[in-house]
Amino acid sequence: MRRVLPHPLLTACLLVMWLLLNQSLTAGSVILGGVLALGASRALVRLEPPRARFRRPGVALQLAFIVLRDIIRSNIAVARIILRPGRGDRRSGFVRIPLDMRDPYGLAVLACIITATPGTIWVEYDSASRSLLLHILDLIDEDAWARIIKGRYESRLMEIFE
Amino acid sequence: MTQAVAADLPIWAALPVALLLLLGAGLALTGTLGLLRLGSFYERVHAPTLGTTLGIGCVLIASMLYFSVLQTRPVLHEVLIAVFMTVTTPVTLMLLARAALYRDRREGNDQVPPPPPPPRGGQEEGPDGTTEEMAAMDRAELAERR
Repeated sequence: MRRVLPHPLLTACLLVMWLLLNQSLTAGSVILGGVLALGASRALVRLEPPRARFRRPGVALQLAFIVLRDIIRSNIAVARIILRPGRGDRRSGFVRIPLDMRDPYGLAVLACIITATPGTIWVEYDSASRSLLLHILDLIDEDAWARIIKGRYESRLMEIFE
Repeated sequence: MTQAVAADLPIWAALPVALLLLLGAGLALTGTLGLLRLGSFYERVHAPTLGTTLGIGCVLIASMLYFSVLQTRPVLHEVLIAVFMTVTTPVTLMLLARAALYRDRREGNDQVPPPPPPPRGGQEEGPDGTTEEMAAMDRAELAERR
């Protein structure tokens, strides 16, 4: 099974992408997309990417909803900061957060989440000290941010990827 | 296929499409204003993310709705734009932020945090001069890339 169909999830994603790009569900495009997806996923084996595990789709779905809600909320918050006249007493700054997650895919998804929510930016991750440096536009409580990142995102990502 | 035109769009679809388009464009405009108004570099990079997240999201939903109604079949390939935006934006942002941080640290700017402490029993601990530390960090980083 592994030899015939390596990376089944990736193959499925590539096939869906092909069908979306072509906007058709005819037998021809399914076959062509399937062949391309299979070829691409077999080519990936040669690159020997680090092993990925993806478990608990339920948690992933829950995380997706949380992220969607946070994106909308933080968009409103940042728009308010920009449109508010004057500087106010807003303070922005850096926060260093120790992370327990090591999985590169989990870290990559965390980077996407942090970038996708306006108001937080991933500045640097140091794999030696396993700490993440964030810049936050409206920094009120540094510990609160550490709790949000670790409790809301990291714990769920660790459940999914580790 | 006959070419459908905007005038064929029923009012129940035209309203949400127009609202979503305005909202998306408004968010992108707000982000651009933020680029003008905010103070430091690190604050300014926050602003355009309005346009690349909810802004583009609204425009894409409007597009999906518009073309799905006009062509009376689901048009979903805009989803791919959202996926690729989400996956690629962090790369550019990280590149910009890290470059700025690197320059600020090099210049000895005290507004930015120092590099993380070396791990326990760090193999290469330079003397406390900042330039030495920087050089050690650069070497470690290069070694890590390889």
